[in-house]
Amino acid sequence: MANMSLTKNEMILQDPKERGKNFNEVALGYSLEQALDEAERCLSCQNSPCREGCPVGIKIPEFIKKIKEKDFEAAYQIIYEDSSLPAVCGRVCPQESQCEKFCVRGNKGESVGIGRLERFVADWHSANAKTKVAAAPKNGHKVAVVGSGPSGLTCAGDLARKGYEVSIFEALHVAGGVLVYGIPEFRLPKEIVRKEIETLKELGVKIETNVVIGRTISIDDLFEDGFEAVYVASGAGLPNFMKIPGENLCGVYSANEFLTRTNLMKAYKEDSATPIKKGNNVIVVGGGNVAMDAARSALRLGAENVYIVYRRSEEELPARKEEIEHAKEEGIIFKLLNNPVKINGDEKGFVKSVTCLKQELGEPDASGRRSPHPVEGSEFDIQADVVIIAIGTSPNPLIKDTTKGLETDRHGCIVADEATGKTSLNRIYAGGDAVTGSATVILAMGAGKAAAKAIDEELK
Amino acid sequence: MYKIVRKEQLNENIILMEIDAPLVAKKAEPGQFIILRVNQEGERIPLTIADYDREKGTITIIFQIVGATTQLLNTKKQGESLADFVGPLGRASELDGLKKVCVVGGGVGCAIAYPIAKKLHKLGANVTSIIGFKDREHLILEKEFDACSDRLIAVTDDGSYGEKGFVTDALREILESKEEFDQVITIGPIVMMKFVSQVTKEFNIKTIVSMSPIMVDGTGMCGACRISVGGETKFACVDGPDFDGHLVDFDTAIARSAMYCEQERAAHTHVCNLLKQEVQ
Repeated sequence: MANMSLTKNEMILQDPKERGKNFNEVALGYSLEQALDEAERCLSCQNSPCREGCPVGIKIPEFIKKIKEKDFEAAYQIIYEDSSLPAVCGRVCPQESQCEKFCVRGNKGESVGIGRLERFVADWHSANAKTKVAAAPKNGHKVAVVGSGPSGLTCAGDLARKGYEVSIFEALHVAGGVLVYGIPEFRLPKEIVRKEIETLKELGVKIETNVVIGRTISIDDLFEDGFEAVYVASGAGLPNFMKIPGENLCGVYSANEFLTRTNLMKAYKEDSATPIKKGNNVIVVGGGNVAMDAARSALRLGAENVYIVYRRSEEELPARKEEIEHAKEEGIIFKLLNNPVKINGDEKGFVKSVTCLKQELGEPDASGRRSPHPVEGSEFDIQADVVIIAIGTSPNPLIKDTTKGLETDRHGCIVADEATGKTSLNRIYAGGDAVTGSATVILAMGAGKAAAKAIDEELK
Repeated sequence: MYKIVRKEQLNENIILMEIDAPLVAKKAEPGQFIILRVNQEGERIPLTIADYDREKGTITIIFQIVGATTQLLNTKKQGESLADFVGPLGRASELDGLKKVCVVGGGVGCAIAYPIAKKLHKLGANVTSIIGFKDREHLILEKEFDACSDRLIAVTDDGSYGEKGFVTDALREILESKEEFDQVITIGPIVMMKFVSQVTKEFNIKTIVSMSPIMVDGTGMCGACRISVGGETKFACVDGPDFDGHLVDFDTAIARSAMYCEQERAAHTHVCNLLKQEVQ
């Protein structure tokens, strides 16, 4: 008998007051009982509309059916057929705008908690599964993947399962890309990323860290070394700044830098060798998921007041609702309809305040969002000792500049076919943020998957 | 792991290490840098490439013991290995076509100026090298510079070796004698590069400085290394590290380089204490 409750099982969360002081995971996941109860909310629709919303096409009703049957390992294997990173996606996918958006239960009440069930299954597998994944028999073809973020890992995983010999080249000293340097520990524990990557290695994927493609080795070198195709998933690139006075003062960070110091370099730990300026009053500029991550990290590092300064209103905030809610519960102060115009420093060159200008919303602009206009004479200062700019990124020119003939668009993003990842150059594919600019983990994974399929078709 | 195949102490607090890093050595050019981590818990620090040997597959780095990480690095012995070593990063210095160049190095910056002088010499340029140190004890690479310079001027702050004075004094003297150069290339403490650029500005000689700001990833991702050049924000790791000295906002760069001074001092003391304990 289906569970006709109109609401999802709630995940247990760490208490907001407590969690604001630690870097442990915020959401604690479903219990076995909750997972079984939630699985019963799925009606196993024949046409499974939820799958339409999944960029990697996970067979959702099938894996939920296995949960109902308490065969959690089988459920995991069904997910793993389409996603190399179930434990990651169950945590960071914007399910509300993907699979869960199309769930028929959402027509009356809340959709099935698909993401939470995925997370449950992945965590169950991680804690209980004994079987290791078997490496596929080699097919004799070599493929190189540039970047070990979600897109690169997905492409590598799919190809390795088909028997390709895959090498991933990573610029940093550890694999995972944005999953390790960007998304904070409290939202995605690094141990989970490490395990997902270990599974890929068991599949036979080689990971070469400390190699910057375009500097250490060029793409042309890769072909000379016997790779038959290259998938470029080098990520979003260079952080944008606002081009306002004072942006180079001490204490002004890009979100990338602040998060990299905190996550990758573990600056939140007492004994970390990497320094970070822990502010008392921290201003984060921007309204996306990265801004929320930066604000909540700053809070956990000990800030008394953390402000999100965003030039539009709450309705236009690009971050996931859940992240905004979590941030508010933790006490992040939202200064909406405000735009920083100047960062003010002290005599030693450290930030002391930010001058903002109030905004009002006008007509929708090209992006469909109502565009903000400054309210004249509305300047005011907010005291701050750390300012974090989280307003997106611009493409890294490194690969473009060192790969002759690789076409990029007017922003500098690599031009690649959406369905196949094909670029202007033969046997070079690209996907993820390097193509789309800053987007989501799952979209990057979808691109990696599409490219793996196209590479397989070209080489097999 | 990246093995230290040779370690030499050049003076009291300047150390040379030759590291086995064949992929880096294959592509390295003067002006580029590497990022290393001493151990698995270490921070990432950038160091400019002092020399490279493509055949042996090695990169030479020369560093001054200034903070906790360089101190930790110095505890590594010949034959031991570093956890991480990535490069070559940044753009190579643009040296092609230069006929007459003055290379001005200060202190440990001479380690970076040297491969540039060497390459210029190899390209057939006329090279004047001005190298400056605190005193005789701190002199490094004099022989090496001598081998690749048409003229070498060494100066020390206290006159204990070469002429007494700063590199700017020697440079001014040459420029005042109406000698002309295609370019002045200067590498050293940021304050020194600022004053060298001020001198050359008076004489309207194009001047390239090599900036070494605080970095994390070194590939453009973090933006820690941003520098204001001609009013525009540039990233030293992707746009540099070489910039037009007449356009760099040195004062902001100097302030930014001191951002973690307090934390660095604490970490330095901490490492000192740990090392003392080990010795005891």
